[in-house]
Amino acid sequence: MVQYAQARLDTSFAALSDATRRGVLEQLGRSDASITDLAEKFRMTLTGMKKHVGVLEASGLVTTEKVGRVRTCKLGPRRLEEEMAWLERYRQMWDARFDELDKVVLELKRKEQTDDHTNRE
Amino acid sequence: MTTRTESEPTLMKNQTTVERKSEREVVVTRTINGPARIVFEAFTKPELFKKWWVPKSLGMTLLSCELDVRVGGGYRLVFSHPAAAEPMAFFGKYLEVVPPSRLVWSNDEAGEAGAVTTVTFEEKAGKTLLVLRDLYPSKEALDAGIGSTDGMGETLAQLDELVVSLGSAA
Repeated sequence: MVQYAQARLDTSFAALSDATRRGVLEQLGRSDASITDLAEKFRMTLTGMKKHVGVLEASGLVTTEKVGRVRTCKLGPRRLEEEMAWLERYRQMWDARFDELDKVVLELKRKEQTDDHTNRE
Repeated sequence: MTTRTESEPTLMKNQTTVERKSEREVVVTRTINGPARIVFEAFTKPELFKKWWVPKSLGMTLLSCELDVRVGGGYRLVFSHPAAAEPMAFFGKYLEVVPPSRLVWSNDEAGEAGAVTTVTFEEKAGKTLLVLRDLYPSKEALDAGIGSTDGMGETLAQLDELVVSLGSAA
């Protein structure tokens, strides 16, 4: 989970290392656009733009959807990562709680053993 | 999505896993080193319960703890937190009590959005597998809990800001 989140951040920063990709994100922040629109706007070949969008998509910063012959790009949902962060925080809370429970149970087990021993004497 | 600790500090340390099982359900599992009878006792006797339910790392103090563990009986936990002006109360009712294998309680402080918590205690070779399920009334109720901010959320918010600033600079 933590590793996964870290890997997602790494790919996010890698995706952001390129000026065209940062421009594409800014563009998609204003409105969804097809790959053809983006290629024209950034004066690139369709193949070149497809590569950039591919990198952004792999990082989760952008999602694409093909309707008919047009592939539309939009900003990706952060929802999944927020949810994973919440689950990890929740897990840490229960982990800490159960560590304490383990101590209480160990203490009770020892007490029972001592009592048994005392009773036999 | 299952999460596990990345490494085990010692052999005795059991792993805690958390998994979102469905749109409405989150499940926590953990093995405790003791028989179900004792673990159940630690869940149901206030003097034992208050020793573990609020670990120091949570940064909270348990001010009071009332557990009336029988079907229809209520519980009430009151906490203080340095960041909260007023103490916070968590309360609800026990819906099922089956010693030493099953406990079900409601979480009523959130009103109708509250989850129902089911804990099962399964003993194997002197150890107890705990499975704790939080079932929310709706996907929205579960998502409301997830939407809160935390460390990672802040990191992502910073990243989003960075995206925006880099985007406008380009």
